Amino acid sequence: MAEAAPESPPSAAEAPARARRGARRAFRDGAAISFSFMLVGAPFGLLFGAVATEAGLPIAETMALSVVVMAGAAQFALVELLADGAPALIALMAAFAVNLRMLMYSASIAPHLAEARLRTRLWMAYFLVDQVYAASIHRFTERPNLPLREKTAFWLGVGGPMFVVWYGATYAGAVVGARIPEGWSLDFAPAITFIAICAPMLRTLPSLVAAGVAVAAALALAWLPWSLGLPFAALAGMAAGAGAEIALARRGLRPRPA
Amino acid sequence: MIDLPPTQLWAIILVLAAGTYLIRLSFLAFAGAAARLPEWTLRLLRYVPVTVLPALVAPMVVWPKATEGETDPVRLAAALAALGVGALTRSLFWAIAAGFAALFGLPELAALVAALPPGR
Repeated sequence: MAEAAPESPPSAAEAPARARRGARRAFRDGAAISFSFMLVGAPFGLLFGAVATEAGLPIAETMALSVVVMAGAAQFALVELLADGAPALIALMAAFAVNLRMLMYSASIAPHLAEARLRTRLWMAYFLVDQVYAASIHRFTERPNLPLREKTAFWLGVGGPMFVVWYGATYAGAVVGARIPEGWSLDFAPAITFIAICAPMLRTLPSLVAAGVAVAAALALAWLPWSLGLPFAALAGMAAGAGAEIALARRGLRPRPA
Repeated sequence: MIDLPPTQLWAIILVLAAGTYLIRLSFLAFAGAAARLPEWTLRLLRYVPVTVLPALVAPMVVWPKATEGETDPVRLAAALAALGVGALTRSLFWAIAAGFAALFGLPELAALVAALPPGR
């Protein structure tokens, strides 16, 4: 553990060296966190490679999804729907819907990176995935005076190693996937993955309400072809969650004098 | 099976890649400017992950395509295992592990029980 020593203003001569050391330390801290994410990411990437090739996606296309899209759940959703024969537009809509949460991440992290040059923010955006966001927002909020250079180094430390492992795992899964025996019901792997991503997020009553309504609506609309009911079910769930949140807040506010 | 012409497949991948990147960049692009979403939008967006994924997954669990829509106890149990363990441990890894353990383990277990010599 690095000691957070009270820092006296550095002399002009040692300032660049000190900044470099700080950035290196931030990168290492990020990479250490990245390692724990890999334990999840690697099997997840393997699974995606295997599922995608099983669904008939060539290796190049499978790799392209992991490298240029780089969004696990959306990749699974796209492959699942295309394999189901859904029109491209529907499959894309579902994948975008899954990725919409990143808009929230972008809005939430942006104020912390206000001083960064546009060029820096352009490459940082590529690494904005759940894990990088979660680790960074935690660190940036805990240490409001973190120099920009350490923020970007930390960001790259969390994202870089994890992304490389994700590419490699996808490739390994794609190569091995074609040889997975029929008897293993890999068709169900995306379902388990989606549930596993979602279950840890069901922490509050409104999120439980939102998920419950979305599930009920999705089952009620399941007769529609190609998951066409999905956007309506999701919207109904979102509205229910937001409504529950407002209702709870109101109840919580009641004791306070108006 | 995915049976699309390569050009169409690549077009889909590139559109998804560009769109996903733009979603990520959105607010980062205007980092300094007072770009803020209205409160009600943020409130709705908070529930995107816990609604889109369950809505996508519910029909897959209840009426799997692989069984031609017949509800399958093994797949149902695997889904419940992933949900329960995920909610309890808050860990993606253990939730996936539990789901797969049930998915692959339960049929093996059933086969083992069936192979037992008739009870005495």
